[in-house]
Amino acid sequence: MKRLFNEFLKGIIKENPTFVLLLGLCPTLAVSVTVINGIGMGIAATFVLLGSNIIIAMIKNTIPERVRIPCYIVVIATFVTIAELLMKAYSPALNRALGIYVPLIVVNCIVLGRAEAYASKNSVKNSFLDGLGMGVGFTLALILISSIREFLGAGKLMGQTIIKGFEPAFVLGMPSGALLLIGLLLGFFNVLKNRKT
Amino acid sequence: MKDRLIVSASPHLHKKESVSRIMWLVVASLIPAGAAGVFIFGTGALWVIILGVVSAIAAEAILQLFTKRKVSVLDGSAVITGLLLAYNLPPKVPFWLPIVGSFFAIAIGKQIFGGLGQNIFNPALVGRVFLMASWPKYMTTFTQPLRAGAGFTNPLNYDAVTSATPLAALKEGKLLEHISYLDLFLGKRGGCIGEVCILALLLGAIFLLIRGYISWHIPTTYILTVGLFTYIFGQKGLFTGDWLFHILSGGLILGAFFMATDYVTSPLTCKGQIFFGVGCGLITAIIRLWGGYPEGASYAILMMNAATPIIDRYTKIRVYGTK
Amino acid sequence: MNLAQFLTIFISAVFVYNVILSRFLGLCSFIAISKQTKPALAMSLAVMFVTTMSSIITWLIYRFLLVPFNLAYLRTISFILVIATFVQFVEMVIRKISPPMYRFFGIYLPLITVNCAVLGVAVLNIDMFFINGKAVAMSFYYSAFQGICVGLGYTLAMLLMSGIRERLELCNVPKAVKDFPLGFVIAAIMSLSFLGFNGFKF
Repeated sequence: MKRLFNEFLKGIIKENPTFVLLLGLCPTLAVSVTVINGIGMGIAATFVLLGSNIIIAMIKNTIPERVRIPCYIVVIATFVTIAELLMKAYSPALNRALGIYVPLIVVNCIVLGRAEAYASKNSVKNSFLDGLGMGVGFTLALILISSIREFLGAGKLMGQTIIKGFEPAFVLGMPSGALLLIGLLLGFFNVLKNRKT
Repeated sequence: MKDRLIVSASPHLHKKESVSRIMWLVVASLIPAGAAGVFIFGTGALWVIILGVVSAIAAEAILQLFTKRKVSVLDGSAVITGLLLAYNLPPKVPFWLPIVGSFFAIAIGKQIFGGLGQNIFNPALVGRVFLMASWPKYMTTFTQPLRAGAGFTNPLNYDAVTSATPLAALKEGKLLEHISYLDLFLGKRGGCIGEVCILALLLGAIFLLIRGYISWHIPTTYILTVGLFTYIFGQKGLFTGDWLFHILSGGLILGAFFMATDYVTSPLTCKGQIFFGVGCGLITAIIRLWGGYPEGASYAILMMNAATPIIDRYTKIRVYGTK
Repeated sequence: MNLAQFLTIFISAVFVYNVILSRFLGLCSFIAISKQTKPALAMSLAVMFVTTMSSIITWLIYRFLLVPFNLAYLRTISFILVIATFVQFVEMVIRKISPPMYRFFGIYLPLITVNCAVLGVAVLNIDMFFINGKAVAMSFYYSAFQGICVGLGYTLAMLLMSGIRERLELCNVPKAVKDFPLGFVIAAIMSLSFLGFNGFKF
């Protein structure tokens, strides 16, 4: 039981897709402007990750090796389209905010990366947990980054102004600020890691 | 001791002067421009300069202590960064703006690369661009000169303070009938603290050029390119542009002589430097004429800073005996 | 022949809306492969080839297959399949024609499939040059040209970044930010400087 739980847990810290595996950066930076958007993207990506991991783990033995990448892509793209249509129907504002980054979940390195590195080699149960862990890890990373960006870059959190008279640094709402933030966060995590050893 | 044995990237010096001495001489050559700025805009400008310089020194000291490296604030490079950043700010900014800007300039523009001689981008410009992107309102609110000699009448009669620089007015299409070239040259105009008084800037620049601390290649090609380009494309018809206006406005002189010429962030060879100057000139002119911002010098120099390693790579001097 | 429009596409795809430094597509390969110039240029060339060809092919599919049969919602799946198939095809061709070059590219070639820039420009072409499902005038040429320019923009960013990072190899950068964190910071500064092109109006 502990082993199963670890499969889930590794996606959150030790193998966090954003900060350790450095995957899925494109959508991360573009979408993490507000916490709401970050959570929305995280949930959408987790949904796709779960679906594709499960299906690919189920059919892994029937796909010939030479065409495995296009096959994975088909599975992933199907789930992305489902997610896109669901979002368009039930949350058009979120869909508009996320823009072209919803269809781009297809090429989100996390999804294809886990399909290739894990789901194609492991059981359905483990792939489910891996997908869940990675999705949660990704969402948590998005929440961390977007809360900093929203607070320092727009002076708000979840759309509410926290401190009156605080002059936000607009650069953080921009992609450049996002790149800077990720660089500094990565450096910070490295400092923590070096301290530990 | 270990520092003396490591072969570093530029600056490489063969004179008896040390890096430190050159830095302080550059500081000295910048003082006239700052003094002129304070004279023109008032004591508020002096505070901006002081805050900028002190924060830069403090930032460098703190970061070097934190990363357990030698504290080198006495070499003058932090002072230069603080000065240049302050010179690139409007005279009436909130007190925290130069502080945050200097910290960012030193931390992200310089120390994160490993300190002096290793940065890729001009730290003062990194700070300025950061401030511009973060607090555009404060960075584009200019004030009119307080006093600039007897008989000064405000040539730019705008209520909106944000259009108070000649280049900004040009960008909005307003005709400038009352400002003369002499006004521009002496600094009787709105603008950033250190950029307005061309006379003061040239005094410092000529000193540096005579003593050979900066080479003429970059400033000349930069300014000539801007002049030529704006002459050709400046107005509705071809070859009718007001090139003298463009050369005397904005941050071009400040940038061309004091920021584009920074040894560390510009190419090593003459050929490379010419290319660098032309590139800066082209981008500056293009942004001024067709971009959304009235002035493009900072962005142009930063972009060419990024290209400098590649320029160096492809303009390498052939070592005797090799292909 | 609207020259101004082509020039606008060129300036915007290569500089103002540079695919890496403004749109953030293709970041993963940008940070990972830009450590040295040779691999960076190889990757850029391959990417440019794929963006150009897939811009063309996806445009044709959208115009003659998806729109007439009301299948526009299949855009994502069909585009990405086209790209994946195309990359696979290019891989096979290169392997046949020039094994040394194939070995030189190594894993870079299949990685292009998941390079956000490729799908990104295909989708962008549709968004920009189709109105309500109908192609605007010269839409095909604009799309193809934009494919080329996006590749050029990618190449420019890679070239600059690899030059910078090769130079930094000679410096003693603080250990905590070595490699990736500093790479991000450099990309941030570069993208800040590219902000200078905002609001460009030719």
